Amino acid sequence: MTTLPRVTGEAVARIEARDKVTGAASYAADHPLDGLTHAWPVTATVARGDITAVDDSEALRDPAVLAVLTHANAPRLADAGDPMVAVLRSPHVAHHGQIVALAVAETLEAARAAAGAVRVTYDEQPHDVVLTADRPGLYTPDEVNAGHPADRRRGDFDAAYAASEITVDAVYEVTPLHNHPMEPHAATAVWDGDALTVFDSNQGSTVVRSTLAALFEVDEADVRVVSEHVGGGFGSKGTPRPHVALAALAAKAVGRPVRLALPRNRIAAVTGHRAPTIQRVRLGADADGHIDALAHETVTQTSTLTEFVEQASVSSRMMYASPHSLTTHRVARLDVPSPSWMRAPGECPGMFALESAMDELASACGLDPVELRIRNEPPVEPDSGRPFSSRHLVDCLREGARRFGWHDRDPRPAVGRDGPLLIGSGVAASTYPVWVFPSHAEAYAGSDGRYEVRVNATDIGTGARTVLTQIAADALGVPLDLVRVSIGRGDLPAGSVAGGSSGTASWGWPVHKACTDLRQRVSDAGGHVPDGGLFVRADTEQEAGGGTEYSRHAFGAQFAEVQVDTVTGEVRVRRMLGVFAAGHILNPRTARSQFIGGMTMGLGMALTEGSFLDPEFGDFTERDLASYHVAACADVPEIDVHWIDEDDPHLNPMGSKGIGEIGIVGAAAALANAVHHATGMRVRRLPIHPDTILLGL
Amino acid sequence: MKTFQYERPADADTAVALLADAPTGAYLGGGTNLVDLMKLGVAAPDLLVDVSRLPFDAVEETGTGGLRIGAAVRNSTLAVHPLVRERYPVLSQALLSGASTQLRNAATVGGNLLQRTRCPYFQDVGKPCNKRRPGTGCPAREGAHRDLAVLGASEHCVATNPSDMAVALAALDAIVDVASGHGPRRVPLTDLHRLPGDAPDRDTTLRHGELITAVELPPPMPGARSAYRKARDRASYAFALASVGAVLQVREGLVHHVRVAFGALAAKPWRARTAEEALLGEPATTASFDDAVRHELAAARPLRDNGYKVPLARRMAVSMLTELAAASAGGTP
Repeated sequence: MTTLPRVTGEAVARIEARDKVTGAASYAADHPLDGLTHAWPVTATVARGDITAVDDSEALRDPAVLAVLTHANAPRLADAGDPMVAVLRSPHVAHHGQIVALAVAETLEAARAAAGAVRVTYDEQPHDVVLTADRPGLYTPDEVNAGHPADRRRGDFDAAYAASEITVDAVYEVTPLHNHPMEPHAATAVWDGDALTVFDSNQGSTVVRSTLAALFEVDEADVRVVSEHVGGGFGSKGTPRPHVALAALAAKAVGRPVRLALPRNRIAAVTGHRAPTIQRVRLGADADGHIDALAHETVTQTSTLTEFVEQASVSSRMMYASPHSLTTHRVARLDVPSPSWMRAPGECPGMFALESAMDELASACGLDPVELRIRNEPPVEPDSGRPFSSRHLVDCLREGARRFGWHDRDPRPAVGRDGPLLIGSGVAASTYPVWVFPSHAEAYAGSDGRYEVRVNATDIGTGARTVLTQIAADALGVPLDLVRVSIGRGDLPAGSVAGGSSGTASWGWPVHKACTDLRQRVSDAGGHVPDGGLFVRADTEQEAGGGTEYSRHAFGAQFAEVQVDTVTGEVRVRRMLGVFAAGHILNPRTARSQFIGGMTMGLGMALTEGSFLDPEFGDFTERDLASYHVAACADVPEIDVHWIDEDDPHLNPMGSKGIGEIGIVGAAAALANAVHHATGMRVRRLPIHPDTILLGL
Repeated sequence: MKTFQYERPADADTAVALLADAPTGAYLGGGTNLVDLMKLGVAAPDLLVDVSRLPFDAVEETGTGGLRIGAAVRNSTLAVHPLVRERYPVLSQALLSGASTQLRNAATVGGNLLQRTRCPYFQDVGKPCNKRRPGTGCPAREGAHRDLAVLGASEHCVATNPSDMAVALAALDAIVDVASGHGPRRVPLTDLHRLPGDAPDRDTTLRHGELITAVELPPPMPGARSAYRKARDRASYAFALASVGAVLQVREGLVHHVRVAFGALAAKPWRARTAEEALLGEPATTASFDDAVRHELAAARPLRDNGYKVPLARRMAVSMLTELAAASAGGTP
C-alpha cells in the first residue's frame, strides 16, 4: 500500500449532509410501517397525589381510538432500575406533567383528541417545589453526578479565608434550563412475537436496547433499536426516556406498530432539565491576586423519583491553585420533574459561578482578569495532586486576548458608550473533563477493496459518523470513500453513550484498534483480501475501562463584547471569541460547529433561556419554543473560534479530547462579566433579562 | 377525533351567512394562532370559515389620502408596502418586529387583530383561566405574570394583547371595517379590543359572526414623524415586554399633534390619551414628554414581577418622542 495523506485533521463534510438537507435522512418518527398507529400522552395536572379514577369513556367513543393505557390496564413493565422509564406502573403522581395515560389511535389527530377527553381524578396531596438555600430537607448526597464526592476539603478554608487580604463572597443562581433538541423525543415501535423493533431518538441505543429488554423481560438479541439519525439531544436523550418505553408498551398492548413523538409542550416535564443551582463562592487572596482560599458550595434540587445532583462545585476542585479549599453539594428532594444531564452538567453552571467570582476578584484586586487567571495557574491538579496530561489554559487566554484585542480596552466599568448603548467586554475560562468509555467495534475488508466498520456510535448531529470514517480510513491507510461506517443500531458492537463529550474517543479508539489490526492482516495476506474477506473485532475494555494517573481536561478561554441599551435594558452580544485547547482536532469543520454551538447555547443561558417553576402547580411555565427563548439568529453575532493544537500522549490513539460541551462552559460568565464591564452592575442570576438591567441602571 | 367543518366561501356575504348559523364556528385567517389553539384544545370550533382568500387583499389609497388595507393582506406584504413605509413607518416597523418571517407570511391583518393572549395559563387546558373558562380563577396573579398586564387589568384577568400591529394602528387612529348580517359598521381600532372587567372571555367588542373586512388609516399628518419600538427578551421571535408606537407633529417647538400607544401593558393596545392631552401645545421637550408619560402611567397597578414594565414603557416612550421631536426640528418631512 502506498502512503496516503491523513484525513483526520481534514475538514471533511458530513457524510450524511445531503441526506439531511434533502430530507432523505429518516429520524425516529419518519419510518412508515404497515398498520402504524399513533399515541398521545395524558399528563398529570397535579404535582403530587394518587390517581383515584380514570374515565376514558368519552375518549373511547371514537372508533378510531384503539386504547387508553393507564397504570390500571397497561401491560406491567418489569423494573429496569431507571425511574425515568418506569411508565404507567403506579397510580402515584410524583410531579406535574408526569405521563399518567396514553391514548393510541389510528391517526395522530384522533389520539390527541382522545388524550384530551380522558378524565383523570386525583387524590391530590400538598406539594413542595420551591428551592431556597436555607430550606429544610437539604441533605448531603453520597455522591454527585459523574461519581464525584459531594464534599471535598483541603487545608483549612475558614482560617485561610479569614486571614485573606482580599475576599469575594457572592451567591450565583442559575434557573432551571431545558435541552429542547430540535427533534422531539420520539419512537416508533413494532413487535413480532417476542421480538421488538424500535426506531428511537436517543444518544446511545446500546443502553436503550438493554433497558427495553429488561422492561419487557425479553432477550437483548430480540430487541432491535435503530437510531441512525438523531436531531440533537444535549443530554436529554442520554439514557432511555419515557417515550421509548411507552411506544413499545403501547405496541404490545394494541398489537400494532405505534409511533409516539412527545409533543413539545410535554417534553419539559418528562425528559429532564438542568436543575436550578444556588451557588455560594468565596475567594480569599492576597493583594496580588494569589488565591489562598476557595469555597464553592452548591444547593440544588432533585425529584422524589430519582437522585440527580448537578455537580456544580466540581470544576472548582481543579481550576486554580487554591491551598485551602472547600467544595460541597446539598440537595433537596422536591415534587418536581426529574432533572438530568444537560450539556456540560456541573461544569456549565459551576463555571458561571466560579468565573464570575474570578472577575469580581480581579476587580477587587485591581488586576486584569486574564492576568489574575494566569497567576493562579496550578502546577498539578489541586484536588488530587495528579499531573495534568496537558493544560494550555494560559495559552488560550493569551492567544484569545491577542486576537480579541483585549488589552486595548479601557478596564474601567461603565465608561464604554455608543449613543444610548453601554459597551463592555468580558472574559472567562472554560474547562471540560476527558471522558472515555469502553466500546467495541468490528472491521471487515472485502475482496472488492472496500471496507466496512461497525460500531454502535450515535450521531446526534455532531459529525460522529464522519469523524469515525476519517479515523478508520487513516488506520486502514485507504481513501475515505472506500470505508463505510455503520452506526446507530443496537445490534452493532456495543458503543457507549454520546455524552460527556466522550464519543469520538470512546468509539474512535476501538475503530482505530480494529482497523489497525485489519490493515496488518491485509498486509500479512500479501495485500490481497481473500474471497470471503477479512474480519477483525476489537474492544477497549482494558484501555478505557481503568483509571488514569493523569488529570485530563480540555481548557479554553472565552471573550465577549456586549451592548446594553440604557433605554430598555436589553443586552445584545456584539462578538464572541473562543480559543480552546482540546488535544488534536480531528475535523475542523464539524469541530467548529461544536464549539460555536456550545457558545451559542451559553449565550442563550446567559441572556434568554430560563424555565420558571410555578410554585402553585409545580410545573414549568415555558413549555414551547415561543416562550422558552433559545437564542434566535438575530441574537447571535459572528462567533470566532480558534484552537491550540495539543500533543497529548495520555489520551487515546487519536490524541483527541472531547469538544461537544466545552463551548458552553464559561460562555455565560464571559457575557455576565461583559455586562458588568459595560454597566458596573454585577448580575449574579441568570438569565440577564432586560428587567434585571433596567431596574439596576 | 374532534372534527370540524371547513368552508372557503368566495365572498364576504356567504362567509357571514355561514357563521351566522354556526354559534361555535370561527373565521380562519392565516391560522397562525387559531390552529395552534385548536391543537392545544383551547379552541374547538365546529366550523371554520376560511376568509384568508376573500378578495380583501388590496392596499389602496382612499379619496382623502388615507390608506385602506384589506383584511386578508398578509403581514409581510403590508410591512414592505411602499406607501406604508413612506407614510406610516410606525406600522411597517411594528409589523416587522412581530413574530418571524414565516409567521408574517401567513398572518393576515384581520387575524392579527383577533389573535388571543399568549398568557401561559390561557394556553394550558390543564389549568384554571377566567378567559378560557370563566369562573375558574386566574393563577397568573400569583404565578407567572412577568409578561402580563399593568394597566386596565381586573381581578379576573391580567392578560395582554400580543399584537404589535394593533399598537401601531391604535397610534394611527385606524378604523376597522366590519361586515355582518346587519350590514357594515365602522369601529375605531381603539374600541375594537376591550379590557377584561368581569368578562375576560370577551377579547373584543365584535359580535359573533362579524367579519373584519378592512382597516382604514386616515391621511398622514403633514410633517408628522412616527416610529415603533419593542423591548423583548430576545432579538427576534419574542412577544413584547413593552412596546410603544408614536406619531408626533411639532410646530414651532410645540406639540401640535401627538399619538402614543403602548403594547404589552394591557388587554388592548393602550392609547395614552392622558399623556396626549397633557402634551398638546406644550414644548416638545424631554421634560414635557417625561411629565406627560408619567401622568399616563400613574394608573399602572403592577403585580409582583411585572413592575419593571412601568419604567420600561416610560423610558421607551420618552426616548422615542424625544427622537421624533429632534427629527421634526432637524430634517425634511
